[in-house]
Amino acid sequence: MNIRRLKALVQKEFAQFFKDKRLLPIIFVAPIIQLTLLGFAASLDVKNISFVLCDLDKTSESRKFAESFTNSGYFTMEYSTEDYNDVQRYLDESKAAMALVIPPKFGNKILRRETVDVQVLFDGSEGNSTAIASGYVMQIINRYSQNVLVTIVGDLKRLGGISTEIRAWYNPTLVSRKFMVPGVLVLILLITTTNLTAMAIVKEKEIGTLEQLLVTPLRPVELIIGKLIPFTLIGLIVVTFALLIMVFGFSIPIRGSIVLLYVLTGFFLMTSLGLGLFVSTISKTQQQAMMVGMFFVLMPMIYISGFVFPVENMPWILQVIADLIPMKYYLVAIRSIILKGVGISHLWFEAVMLFGMGVIVLTASVMRFKEKTD
Amino acid sequence: MNPMKALELHSVFKSFGEITAVNDLSLTVDRGEMYALVGPDGSGKTTTIRMLCGIVKPTSGELRVLGFDVQKQKEEVKKRIGYLSQKFSLYGDLTIDENIEFFAEIHGVYDYKARRNELLEFTRLTPFRDRLAEKLSGGMKQKLALACTLIHTPEIIFLDEPTTGVDPVSRRDFWKVLAALLKTGITIIMTTPYLDEAERCSRVALMDNGNILMADTPANLKKVMNGEVVEIVCSDIRRSFALMKKHHSVKEVQAFGDRLNIVINSSVADMQQILVHLQENMITVNDWRVVKPSLENVFISLLTDRKKV
Repeated sequence: MNIRRLKALVQKEFAQFFKDKRLLPIIFVAPIIQLTLLGFAASLDVKNISFVLCDLDKTSESRKFAESFTNSGYFTMEYSTEDYNDVQRYLDESKAAMALVIPPKFGNKILRRETVDVQVLFDGSEGNSTAIASGYVMQIINRYSQNVLVTIVGDLKRLGGISTEIRAWYNPTLVSRKFMVPGVLVLILLITTTNLTAMAIVKEKEIGTLEQLLVTPLRPVELIIGKLIPFTLIGLIVVTFALLIMVFGFSIPIRGSIVLLYVLTGFFLMTSLGLGLFVSTISKTQQQAMMVGMFFVLMPMIYISGFVFPVENMPWILQVIADLIPMKYYLVAIRSIILKGVGISHLWFEAVMLFGMGVIVLTASVMRFKEKTD
Repeated sequence: MNPMKALELHSVFKSFGEITAVNDLSLTVDRGEMYALVGPDGSGKTTTIRMLCGIVKPTSGELRVLGFDVQKQKEEVKKRIGYLSQKFSLYGDLTIDENIEFFAEIHGVYDYKARRNELLEFTRLTPFRDRLAEKLSGGMKQKLALACTLIHTPEIIFLDEPTTGVDPVSRRDFWKVLAALLKTGITIIMTTPYLDEAERCSRVALMDNGNILMADTPANLKKVMNGEVVEIVCSDIRRSFALMKKHHSVKEVQAFGDRLNIVINSSVADMQQILVHLQENMITVNDWRVVKPSLENVFISLLTDRKKV
């Protein structure tokens, strides 16, 4: 190992990096765009569900019942009709996601303390949102029924039963952004470091300088380290930048230890840089490296790691694969540190897995690279 | 084994899957020589150079550079050689100065400033030293690449088709630089598809199908040529060319503007008959004379002889 040769390589890498006018925006603008898009647009929250009201009763009681939906904040009444046959049309044409049908004599029956049937129809083509929305419907109707009971019985406690109050910890308002943004941070880190490393090496292959370097006394190991040092630093800069946006732009504070967060980031970088190195050994051109990186490394990682879809809900075979993906552990760790503020005592397993997998991926890639160039 | 020899190759084979690129190649080059490997595309010259630089491993055989085994003493070899690839591989986003500095540091030349100035002066690139490599013309890129391969004062340099894709003026320039370089005692091994360039070398190996057909000084190579080269200045070059191509005693025809070069066994025996044949076909022959064969003539006649066998 020759330190001066290494220094020359690192210096050259940075000189090239800062001269490339396309790269800097990729590193600093891309995180802003991705965080904003995925943080706001790719929201999994269900609100403002449009519905069509078919009030066949038209009494003050039925109006009050319909208002309890609009007042909840989850539903907005887009249309109102008095013809039951219209309801299907609104759902068919996707003008409303839900239909609320209040039968005739609704008000009368309530006053006479009779049971009333109310029809709620959903456009169930998007299952997830429908499930969440129907939950809201149940809540609203239960509360309404309770209020009816109160007017009859007075204090409900006299009837006994269970009273529940549910509270979500770490994310009390259940904003999916809090879950998404730390995930996007991981995604950005993975994309930039894996792709940049692969492309920086393949670029040298393309223009022939790699061959030129192999004729010099430079050793393959020095070449690899000379490439990895700059991209480790760039990865850390990207993470720091994304964290700043998260804390100040999205008001999501880091509850846990920043030191632990960076240590685990370092472990994860071994994997992402190692994968970049690996991609470079199987690609001849920068385009190839880009495609291989995107479709065979990043996409599977994104879908199976639990970035969006919970690993627990996957079929067992995918869960086994997910267990082998380092990004899964990094995602769990990052979200736990940022949202829950837990420390190493709860994350030691993730730390061990990240470190172990990082060492394996990096060693395997270095060996493959050496074999290819020796 | 002999450290006085620049190169020693003993029955070297290299195959890529089914294809044999280098087939039982043996070769010796002395120090201080300018040695050319000449041959058509796919004849194995680039593969030979790449094996000598340690970029490609031979399938079998022994290669020694300056007495060191390329396989076993790679580090010793790498310190002492320079390699200029076909692509003039440089960092386009770095300046001339930065490119040379980088290769100096990689070679462990830390006191490179004087040597760099000398090389820039030598290649006449001094006025452009702050220009990005990607903004240079083909000829300047070639000279910069040469400067980069010379920064650590190698004992031997390998040039792979150094003048391909370079304009004629830059080509002549480059040859001046090489001639000056040779005086410093360096050994130059080059490949070239241009036979006129090979004529300037001390020795030439004519390669085909991964093997050397013949290797000697250009003058000696020309002596082995079977037959004579006759230059004919005549009218209607295209029709004459077609006539000569079909003629039984003409072995080879080449057309150059207003004249033809034909290869025949003997001008005394065959020329009369050829002139008559041309006149019978309404071709006016203004002049004809026996000329010295070029390496190209030698090479083509060697190749055709080989095909007949």
